[in-house]
Amino acid sequence: MYSYLLPEFAIERNEDRCIHCRVCERQCATDVHYYDAEMDKMFFREEACVGCQRCAVFCPTNALFIWPHPAEYRPNSSWNREKLQDLKKQAETGGVILTGSGNDKPYRIYWDHLVLNASQVTNPSIDPLREPMELKTFLGRKPDNLEIEFNKGEVKIKSELYSNVSITTPIVFSAMSYGAISYQAYKSLAMAAKKFGTLFNTGEGGLPLNMRKEYGCSAIVQCASGRFGVDPEYLNAACAIEIKIGQGAKPGIGGHLPGEKVSENIAVTRMIPQGTDALSPAPQHDIYSIEDLSMLIYALKEATNYEKPVSVKIAAVHNVAAIASGIVRAGADIVAIDGLRGGTGAAPKAIRDNVGIPLELALAAVDKRLREEGIRNKCSILAAGGIRCSADVMKAIALGADAVYIGTAALVAMGCTLCQKCYTGKCTWGICTQDPYLSKRLNPEITSQRLTNLLRGWSYEIKEMLGGMGINAIESLRGNREHLRGVGLAEWELDVLGVKGAGE
Amino acid sequence: MNNLNVKFGLRNMFLDGVRPVNELVQHVNTNGSNAYIDALGLKHKELNDLLRETALKGATSITVQNVFGQRYIGTRLYLPNLAKKMEIKIAPYPGNDLGAFLNGHRLIVYGNAQDGVGNTMDDGEIIIHGRAGDIVAMSMRGGKIFIRDNVGYRAAIHMKEYTGKVPALVIGGTAQDFFGEYMAGGRVILLGLNLSKNERHKAHYIGTGMHGGVIYLRGRVEEYQLGKEVGIRALDSQDWETVGQYVSEFSGHFGFDPAEILQEKFQKLLPVTSRPYGKIYAY
Ligand code: SF4
Ligand code: SF4
Repeated sequence: MYSYLLPEFAIERNEDRCIHCRVCERQCATDVHYYDAEMDKMFFREEACVGCQRCAVFCPTNALFIWPHPAEYRPNSSWNREKLQDLKKQAETGGVILTGSGNDKPYRIYWDHLVLNASQVTNPSIDPLREPMELKTFLGRKPDNLEIEFNKGEVKIKSELYSNVSITTPIVFSAMSYGAISYQAYKSLAMAAKKFGTLFNTGEGGLPLNMRKEYGCSAIVQCASGRFGVDPEYLNAACAIEIKIGQGAKPGIGGHLPGEKVSENIAVTRMIPQGTDALSPAPQHDIYSIEDLSMLIYALKEATNYEKPVSVKIAAVHNVAAIASGIVRAGADIVAIDGLRGGTGAAPKAIRDNVGIPLELALAAVDKRLREEGIRNKCSILAAGGIRCSADVMKAIALGADAVYIGTAALVAMGCTLCQKCYTGKCTWGICTQDPYLSKRLNPEITSQRLTNLLRGWSYEIKEMLGGMGINAIESLRGNREHLRGVGLAEWELDVLGVKGAGE
Repeated sequence: MNNLNVKFGLRNMFLDGVRPVNELVQHVNTNGSNAYIDALGLKHKELNDLLRETALKGATSITVQNVFGQRYIGTRLYLPNLAKKMEIKIAPYPGNDLGAFLNGHRLIVYGNAQDGVGNTMDDGEIIIHGRAGDIVAMSMRGGKIFIRDNVGYRAAIHMKEYTGKVPALVIGGTAQDFFGEYMAGGRVILLGLNLSKNERHKAHYIGTGMHGGVIYLRGRVEEYQLGKEVGIRALDSQDWETVGQYVSEFSGHFGFDPAEILQEKFQKLLPVTSRPYGKIYAY
């Protein structure tokens, strides 16, 4: 515990309502609440509270109120409270300030400055309740042209087709490794992906042996710089492989799963000894160039007999369009772009909050560049980092994405309240933790249902919005910027996004 | 868009102009479980298509001649149903990523290998009668690699081990910088047989970020050549047994006298902690 810091949250317990049931004490993972039997009274240590709201929603009498601590230093928009507290923490420890989940700083959220179109008079809208709507999406490389052969009434595709993965809705769960999240959370994602006909991503923590047969066909497996849990069987069990170059929350740096989190099961899945740090170096040490990337892409294709599309995931950074072009030329079938607001289980705060560019701009730039170069068909684009609702999905697709990755949204569906303390391993919601007492709070049967509910709700909303535009297939929205207009954006922003201003 | 890709200049060096396997049969000569492949003029994928095809037809001993830079030899042979692992003899110059993700087969190279030998190799054996390029045994997790001469930069980087699976890399010559970087497991033996008397090993930053496994080093190395995460120890009897075993295996492959090799001084390099970066964060 740090000295001389203001608590982040203030707690108020309404004594009239409190029945001393001690539920809050059991629910809190940071031991904030405690009971004094002699006085028959509940107390709390405010400074340990992370504001996850678990105790408040579990309190049977709604006796608890948790809110950001109202105390302030003298108001100062440059030296604000967060800056001061971080300085004090570092003065005390000399360490790197860690944080979890996504960038929470007020960078412009372009989704909120883009509006969608709808049909009025001149073309009819479509009612998705009565008419078929196609959300099915194929991820992977498409041929340059399609040669078709007619032979005695039989139609045959003559061109060589590349391996593609079909998903029922353009929403995929993004990479969250077993280790970063609990087995229960990981399994919930797998179950939901399988049930709904979409995909989950193993991250770089491997795919547990007992899950390979049942969930391999719904898994994108990652091959990252640490190569944890990567063997030929793992690669072949999956339906797609992703080379992780970077992550939106921490572009350019690797990851450390601290030894204390490498429990027996995690050690088995990652294939490393229990208790050692799982260090993912910042670069992949066999990739120092586009040519090297190409070498790994084809190594993975060779290892899987050219049966699986290979994705390359990068963080959105300054020259993202040129980099993406290189990635496609290197042979990737899918390019995944993770924007400035992408989440993480642990990242240095300085990096999470300051490195990278917003997904919306990166996505539009990549799509435009690949089109100009005539190679857009050679890859699918997966957009990740800060997709919060179905409208964001629509806007991402209109800016050129084939599908989106959702991470934070899926976690919230499982219970997460974005307290940003994922890196402490004490997630009260049982998601980002390896403590069995906490992780058993998630029941994969129930949690996966919540996730499929989310996918269903979003998919239905997407159909409604598509119908409103008079479109009956998500394919027709892909890269279709005519359906977007900007509101309150500067000329250069409209230019990068490739959209007109509203009213134009 | 046109079929020649002239306008956009996207040439796929791997897949363009790859011929189907049935057009390549004249490159293969099969005799029972033995097969002979002439790799002259074959593209990376064509050669690996043929190797897989030949393996599926039951050949367990394959000789591949006229190999000039074809990559990924052995990578496409993840065939869990194969009754017997294969032995593939390769000459003279296989390309990058020889035996990447190798699944238990044995590759013998009569010549030099390029970069990425045994990249993320799972199991099996690679024996090279010559030298190898950079990142040998990167993230290797099982099996053995024997290289007669020198290796390039970053050999044994991020090698791992897990329970019974302990990979081994034995290098007859010397290595370049970042040898054993980020090593997390496995055994590496660097013999320095081609160094002259009193000549130091070439590498700097040996074992930077190392947090598992062990390096046995024969010959001279100065303290300043080591990363700060490694410490030097003397070999105990258990170590000598390990080294002796691998050295005799190595000598068997390349015709050296193990006793002569073992006469020289060996040092053991170990990580000082399994958690080199445990203390850099403020929680
Ligand atoms: S950390 Fe969460 S559970 Fe604990 S007191 Fe704060 S809000 Fe309640
Ligand atoms: S959960 Fe609510 S009622 Fe129960 S002890 Fe805590 S504050 Fe009191």
